[in-house]
Amino acid sequence: MTIRSLFTTARYLSREECEAITTKALSFSHADETRVLVSSTNVSNTRFAVNQISTGGDAFDSVVTVISKFGKRSGSAATNQLDDAGLRAAVEMSQRVAKLSPEDPEGMPELEPQTYRAGVNWSDATASLDPATRADAVKRITEPAKAAGLVSTGFMEAITSAQAVANSKGLFAYNRSTASVLTTTVRTSDGTGSGWAGATHHDWTKVDPTALGARATDKARRSVNAVAVEPGRYTVVFEPTAVGNLVQFIGRALSARAADEGRSFFSLPGGKNKIGQKVVDDRVTIVSNPFEPNLASGPFSGDGLPTKPVVWIENGVLKNLDYDRYWAQKQQRAPTGAGGSIGMTGGMSSMDDLIRSTERGLLVTRFWYLRPVDQRTILYTGLTRDGTFLIENGKVTKPVKNMRFNDSPIFMLNNLEAMGAPVRVSASEGGEPGQAIAVPPIKVRDFSFTSLSDAI
Amino acid sequence: MSGVSDNETYGFGVRSLVGGCWGFAASRDLTKDEVARVAKQAVAQARANRSALVRPVQLAPAPVVANGTWKSPIQIDPFDVAIEEKVALLLAANQAALGVKGARFVNSSMFFLREEKTFASTEGSSTFQVIYRTQPSMTVTAVGNGDFATRESNDIAPRGVGYEHVRDTKLLEMAPKWASDAVEKLSAKSVEVGRYDLVLHPSHLWLTIHESVAHPTELDRAMGYEANYAGTSFVAPPEKVLGTLRYGSELMNIRGDRTQPGSLSACGWDDEGVKPEEFDIIKKGVFVDYQTTREQALWLDWYYKKLGKPARSHGCSYAQTWAAVQFQRMPNVSLLPGDKDLGWDDLIAATDRGIAIIGDGSFSIDQQRYNAQFGGQVFYEIRGGKIAGMLKDVAYQMKTPEFWATLDMVGGPKSYHLGGAFGDAKGQPVQVNAISHGAPVTRFRNVNVINTGRTA
Repeated sequence: MTIRSLFTTARYLSREECEAITTKALSFSHADETRVLVSSTNVSNTRFAVNQISTGGDAFDSVVTVISKFGKRSGSAATNQLDDAGLRAAVEMSQRVAKLSPEDPEGMPELEPQTYRAGVNWSDATASLDPATRADAVKRITEPAKAAGLVSTGFMEAITSAQAVANSKGLFAYNRSTASVLTTTVRTSDGTGSGWAGATHHDWTKVDPTALGARATDKARRSVNAVAVEPGRYTVVFEPTAVGNLVQFIGRALSARAADEGRSFFSLPGGKNKIGQKVVDDRVTIVSNPFEPNLASGPFSGDGLPTKPVVWIENGVLKNLDYDRYWAQKQQRAPTGAGGSIGMTGGMSSMDDLIRSTERGLLVTRFWYLRPVDQRTILYTGLTRDGTFLIENGKVTKPVKNMRFNDSPIFMLNNLEAMGAPVRVSASEGGEPGQAIAVPPIKVRDFSFTSLSDAI
Repeated sequence: MSGVSDNETYGFGVRSLVGGCWGFAASRDLTKDEVARVAKQAVAQARANRSALVRPVQLAPAPVVANGTWKSPIQIDPFDVAIEEKVALLLAANQAALGVKGARFVNSSMFFLREEKTFASTEGSSTFQVIYRTQPSMTVTAVGNGDFATRESNDIAPRGVGYEHVRDTKLLEMAPKWASDAVEKLSAKSVEVGRYDLVLHPSHLWLTIHESVAHPTELDRAMGYEANYAGTSFVAPPEKVLGTLRYGSELMNIRGDRTQPGSLSACGWDDEGVKPEEFDIIKKGVFVDYQTTREQALWLDWYYKKLGKPARSHGCSYAQTWAAVQFQRMPNVSLLPGDKDLGWDDLIAATDRGIAIIGDGSFSIDQQRYNAQFGGQVFYEIRGGKIAGMLKDVAYQMKTPEFWATLDMVGGPKSYHLGGAFGDAKGQPVQVNAISHGAPVTRFRNVNVINTGRTA
C-alpha cells in the first residue's frame, strides 16, 4: 500500500535540487570567486524517561552558505530561505561583508573541479524510520525495565541529510548520509544503581534496542551498593566506549599548524613537530577512513577537498598530522582531507581475557563531563559513570563508587597491557551520533584517579 | 581577519499536547500548506508517543497574555555598527596584545545575535520579543622555553545587550593585560598541592554556581528526566530536600530570575508564554525551591500548598531555536551580595594562606553534581594578606555541599558582577541555553587544590 503518510520519507534535498540551488546562487554572484554550500537535514528523535516517551520531534531545515571573495577579501553569509530572494540576499550579504573585510593573507583560491569517491554512509533503513517504529524500539527497552521494577531513560535519534558544495570554478560535490543512535540509562527505582548502554551507526539495522536495554539493566543491578576504593593509580580495563571517550581527543589534537607553531602535544622545539617519533605503545595504530563502513564519513570536506584514508599513528609512531590547504601550501605538503572518523586497531584478547589476567584493577563502562585540563599533554579530567567495578584475582567482584580521573590518552596508550577487537561505539556525551569511532577494549596500568564521587 | 559571517535562520515549530503526551514538529518552510502539514505531524507524533504513556502531562495554569511585546534593553544595535569599525577594533586589539614580548598568537572575535520570537498558544496567548546578545572575546597564547600558556578573556562576559557592551569591555585597553598574563604564566610557580583558602572573583565563581547550584536545582533532573545525559541530582527526591536540605553556609542566598538588566536569560515571557518571576532557590544556606515549567510546577503542588502558594511555573521554559522543542532550562541563577561593603582587596587582606582565582578555566562535575573540579585563567598566591606572585597548574576539587559550607566571606553590592555563557548544554538532542550568573567576590575555606601539570 502506498498511502502518503506524514512520515513516509525523510526529507532532504536531492542532488538535482542542490545543483539547481548552487547554480542559481552562483549566477547571482559577481565576486572574483564564490563558493556555495548546501546542508539539508531532517532530524527526528524520540526521548524517553521514567519508562515512558517524554517527547519526540521531527525538524526539517536546509541551509545555504555563500562565501564570496574579492582578491584576498572574503565574506560569508548563511540563510535557510531558498527562494530567489533569499539566495540573492545571502549572495549580496556575503559580498558586502567580503568588500568590507581586510585582506586575509592566508586566504586560499577556490579548488578546481575534483573527482570524488561515492560516500558509503547512507542507509535506507535509517531514512525510513518513523515515530511509530521509533516508539516500538523504545518500548523494547522501557517495557522490560518497567516489568523488572527498574527505571529506564534514553534517547533515539535518526538523521537524514544531504551536503553539497559548488564553486565558481565549476567544482560540484554532493553526498547524502544517514545517522542513527540509541542510548539508554537504566536505574534502580531507589537510585542506588545505574547502568548505561548505547550504539550508533549510519545503518539502523546495526543497532539492537533489546540488547542495549539488557546490558544497561544488567549493569544497573550489578552496580547497587557500590563500595569506595582509594583514589590513586590503578590497572584499568576500559570498555570500548570508555576508550572512544578518551582516544577521540587525540583525533582533535592533530592540527599540523598548532604543532608547528609550538602550541600542541605534537610540537617539538624550533618549529618542528613529532612526525616520525614514537608517541604511544608500538601496538597502537590510529586511522581515519571515510570509506570503511564502521568509520564512514562524507567523501569531501566543506571546501570541496576530497577525503581519503589517513594513518595518523602506525605501530606507535606519529605518521601524519592534519594539514589544511593553507598550512599544507606553506609547509610544502599535500592537504590532508581526513574526513573525521577515528579507528584504532586492536588485539586478540576478549573482554574476559582482559579481566581474567587482572589481579587487582577497575572495570570502566564510560566517562562523563570530559574537559581539557592541559593542552600540552592532552590531559583531561572527567568521571566514571553508569557501571564501574572492582576486579580482584581475575574476576569482577563488586561495584565501586565513581571516581574522577586526571590523565591523558597519550599516557594511557603508553601504559598499554592488552587489547581486544575494535567495535563501533557511541562516544559522544550528549548521545548524538557524533563522529564515527571504532576502538577496542583495552587494559592499561597506572591510570590516575584523583578523587571519589558519591554520584550514582 | 580569518572570518566575517552573517547567518540567518527562519522557521517555526509546533508543540502539541494530545491526551497527556507531547509531540513536536518544525520546518523552515513557512507556507500555508507546510504549516498545516507540520501541525498535523506534531499531533501524529504525540499520538505515536502515547503508546508508551504512563503519567499524562498536566499544565499549571498561566494567565493569558494578549499581544505582549518585549525587547532587550540595548543602547546601540550591533547590526547598525559598521563592519569596518568592528574589524578595526579587533585588529588593533590583536596588535596591542602582540606588542607584549612573548605573546605569539592572538585570536579575537565579536559575536552578535538578534532574535525575533513570536509565540502563540491555543489558550489565547501571543507574544513578540526581540532578543539581543553580544560577546566580545580574545585568547592570547604565549610560547617560550618549549612550553606554552594561554589566557582567555573570559573575565569579560557575554551579555544580553547591544554594541555598547563591546565598548564598555575596552578590548583595546585590556589586550596587553591579557597578553602579559599569558607570558607571566610561562614562568609562574607551579602550585604545591594541599588545602588553601580560595578568594574567588565573580568572573570565576559564576561557573561554579552554574555547575554546582543551578544545574542540580532543575526539577526535571531531580525527577530523573535527564538521567541519560545531563544526569540526575543530589538535590532529590523533592519531598526529602525542599525546605530542609542545608546546601551551604548562612551567607549563601541564591536567586533565580529572568529580569536582571543585560543578563542573558532576560525576557518578557518564557517559551510557554509565562511571565518569569524572581524566586529564591537557596535562602540562608537552605534549599527552598526548584526551577520549573508549567508541567513541572504541579509536581510540587504539595509543597506550594504547604507554603500557602499556588503551584505556578517559574517561567523556565526555553527552546534554542524554532527547530527545537522547549523544555526546562535554567534562568539566571545568582549568588546575592552581602550587606557589608567588602571588595576584592578586603578579602585578600583578610586571608593568610590562600589562592586568588580570576576567570573560569577547565570545569567538570559528576552527573549528580557532587564532585567537581575547576581551573581558572589566572591564579595568585596569597600570603599574609598580600598577593605573593602568580601560580600555575591550579585546580580545586570539591564536593558541592561541603564546599558551599565553607563560604565565610561575601563581598558587597559594589563587587557584584554578571558572568555567563552562551553554550550551556542540556537535553537530548542537546540544546544550548544562554544564561548569566551574578556573584560578589567570595572566600571559601580550606579547599583541596591539585596540581594539573603532569608530564608523564
